[in-house]
Amino acid sequence: MSMKRNNIFAGACLVLIAAGIFACNKDINDRTADLPALQPASADEDAGTWKPILLTSADEFTVAAPIPTNAPDYVAQINEIKATQANLSDEEKEIVKYWSAGGVLRWNEILRELVAKHNLPPYQNDDGTYPIPSAANPLAYPLFPFANPPYASRAYAYVSAAQYDALVAAYHYKALYNRKSPYNVDSSVQVLIPRNTLPSYPSEDAVIAGAAVEMLKLLFPGDQDYIQMKAEQHKRSRIVAGANVRSDIDAGEALGRAVAQKFVARARTDRAGAAVGNPEMWKKLEDDCIARGEEPWYSLETPRRPPMLPAFGKVKGFLCDSLTVIAFRADPPPSVTSGKMKEETQEVYDFIANPTRERTKIVHYWADGVGTSTPPGHWDAIAAEDFIGKNYSEVRWARNFALLNMSLMDAAICCWDTKNFYFNPRPSQLNPAIKTLTGVPNFPSYISGHSTFSGAAATILSHLVPERAAAYEEMANEASLSRMYGGIHYRSDCSAGLSVGRKVGNMAVDRAKTDGAD
Amino acid sequence: MKKRTMLKTIVMAAGSMMLIGSAAAQTEQDAIMMNKNQLCGGFMYNHGSWKDYWEGTLKRENLNLGTVTAQSMMFMANYGITDNLNIMAGAPYVWTHASAGTLHGMKGIQDVSVTLKWRALNFKFANNDKLAVYAMGGISTPLDNYVIDFLPLSIGLGSTNLTGRVMVDYLHNRFFATAWGSYIFRSNVKIDRDAYYDEELHNSNEVKMPDQVNLQLRTGYRGRYLIAEALLTQLCTLGGFDITRNNMPFPSNQMNSTVAGINFKYTLKQLTNISLLAGANYTIHGRNVGQTTAFNGGVFYAFYTKKSSRKPTNNLQ
Repeated sequence: MSMKRNNIFAGACLVLIAAGIFACNKDINDRTADLPALQPASADEDAGTWKPILLTSADEFTVAAPIPTNAPDYVAQINEIKATQANLSDEEKEIVKYWSAGGVLRWNEILRELVAKHNLPPYQNDDGTYPIPSAANPLAYPLFPFANPPYASRAYAYVSAAQYDALVAAYHYKALYNRKSPYNVDSSVQVLIPRNTLPSYPSEDAVIAGAAVEMLKLLFPGDQDYIQMKAEQHKRSRIVAGANVRSDIDAGEALGRAVAQKFVARARTDRAGAAVGNPEMWKKLEDDCIARGEEPWYSLETPRRPPMLPAFGKVKGFLCDSLTVIAFRADPPPSVTSGKMKEETQEVYDFIANPTRERTKIVHYWADGVGTSTPPGHWDAIAAEDFIGKNYSEVRWARNFALLNMSLMDAAICCWDTKNFYFNPRPSQLNPAIKTLTGVPNFPSYISGHSTFSGAAATILSHLVPERAAAYEEMANEASLSRMYGGIHYRSDCSAGLSVGRKVGNMAVDRAKTDGAD
Repeated sequence: MKKRTMLKTIVMAAGSMMLIGSAAAQTEQDAIMMNKNQLCGGFMYNHGSWKDYWEGTLKRENLNLGTVTAQSMMFMANYGITDNLNIMAGAPYVWTHASAGTLHGMKGIQDVSVTLKWRALNFKFANNDKLAVYAMGGISTPLDNYVIDFLPLSIGLGSTNLTGRVMVDYLHNRFFATAWGSYIFRSNVKIDRDAYYDEELHNSNEVKMPDQVNLQLRTGYRGRYLIAEALLTQLCTLGGFDITRNNMPFPSNQMNSTVAGINFKYTLKQLTNISLLAGANYTIHGRNVGQTTAFNGGVFYAFYTKKSSRKPTNNLQ
């Protein structure tokens, strides 16, 4: 081959490579970015009779009767829709597409996003202590909140439960006032989403947004700009879509906020504010463990970080009262000096000594550590993707998420109660040769949080979506084992965690059977 | 005119990443060609470590990592298809370690790279100075499904990269200056989890990797047996995001670095098939990367695959 031909060949290769650069599409495939609009299989028009969580009754908060659809003010609101629809921007169409997949789903995704953003342990002070985020000053470092798993579980539970109660109230008033949707009042209104026969006053979407905004003021006070922007979009999407007039929206938002305020009042007194503890308490947990003749947990971080929310076990649950939490407390772990514990530590060491690619993948799939939406968020994502296929009404979405997230929060409470009662060391503390395939969580080992969360989630989800029960069980077992594969939990942490989680999950199943929705 | 032959100077572009040992062999980074039918192969060892790193633009240490070290052993080969067209390939085995904290080191075969190097212009001035222009195209891709999302202990970033590079080399007596610029197109990567947060939440295991631009200046002495040179390399990631406060690094962070280094290559006078290489470099400035100090050393063997009238030597010019 002549040199010249070679040169041409090389040149051609370079051109091909350059062409490849421009030909490739780098957009990533997001599983819920392009969902179809929600088209409920059942409207659940009787949901106003379902049992609320915190409300004493569906009409605890009054919603005034709507103006009649022949009133000039209503006609003006119809005209607002028509004028908006006359000049739709691509952004408005995009907003309608995004929110029409389901308001409860989207707010759950937003919440998972806020949790992931805030799930970062604060950096230490110069003196080796750690700063504690302050709700009063959320934008100063350390940012408030540190959305760790217990904090996140509580956030998911409150938002879901508030949205559910607000929707039960909303469906009560929908049935009571029976105001038609704008497109059923005026057939010249365009409809950008699937039509349905559900009365439109108050707007279920505005209820969902209003409840979320009010709850999130408490839970993510530093992200109000983003939250308000999302809420405005959500409400606007309904007017743009021709699904609600402004008075549907206004009444819904007010109702959502009012109901959520009841949850906010509960949250302010649920003892979560004291969960972080104080140096005396941290010392006492350690001393009590030593007094029992055991080796206490020590932080494996440098400098040593106080245990994560050690009094979270005292938080007021939604499903379990304080006596139930104690009743569910796992039996003691094997003594750190026992042969059994030695065996279990060796088992963990054997897993990390020669990690296989498959096991590492399992560890990382379930790790849900720093910078993620936490294990409760992961279970919400798993649930959401199954719920999407079920075509639930908004109120059923909210009810099922409330059941799941109350289980996850109470799982956190029971788990943290057990953890801080026994204050058991991590495998790497008993054998420093145990190097881990994910970060070691900064709290005692027994029982495994992932296992407790997963046992609870799999149990309630198996009740809600029975055809997936085997899959949930398999996922829960894998999530649980992943902690052993990763070198951060013993086998007894995992099995006891699953067992406690299932007990909590069954509390939610009992509620589900009697709430009027099953 | 008879062309002289030589070995490539192979240096891992060590440790400008959060991970160290991103194996960019510099065979495609220097202005030296193999003769037709000449094959050169060898091994290069690299040791890179850092204690400080840039969390975004904030320089910090991490007591729970201590010193992060990545070592690698890389096999490299280069073949002269013609005097003006070379093909080269390489692949490293990488292993990582953190001196503090509990995190487990990683190890494994990283990415194979193949580069086609074309000397498009080779001009000799009246005063014997030489000007050469090169164009290169390369591809690198993981040889194994290694863990990507465990920075800073991952052994690589997992993307398939297409690199286009243009290089200019000027030689005066035995002193040279080389400058090149390259554009690195990086494919998306898949991580082991199915959701992640960069600056928003993605319900996906797929991560969009921003492309990169890499620039280098190198200058020094290029003699018959000895090459001694100084290098300055700038890596810019065209997008990506900063590590947030006290967060873990992520494959699609905006990893930028300015690295200064020196390289030596010595060809044995008695046995000119064999060359010895050594080098060191230091990350002067960076963003979302470790401040790496790296050392490397290697040995290479060159020979003709077909009978040649040329002397089987590694003589330099």
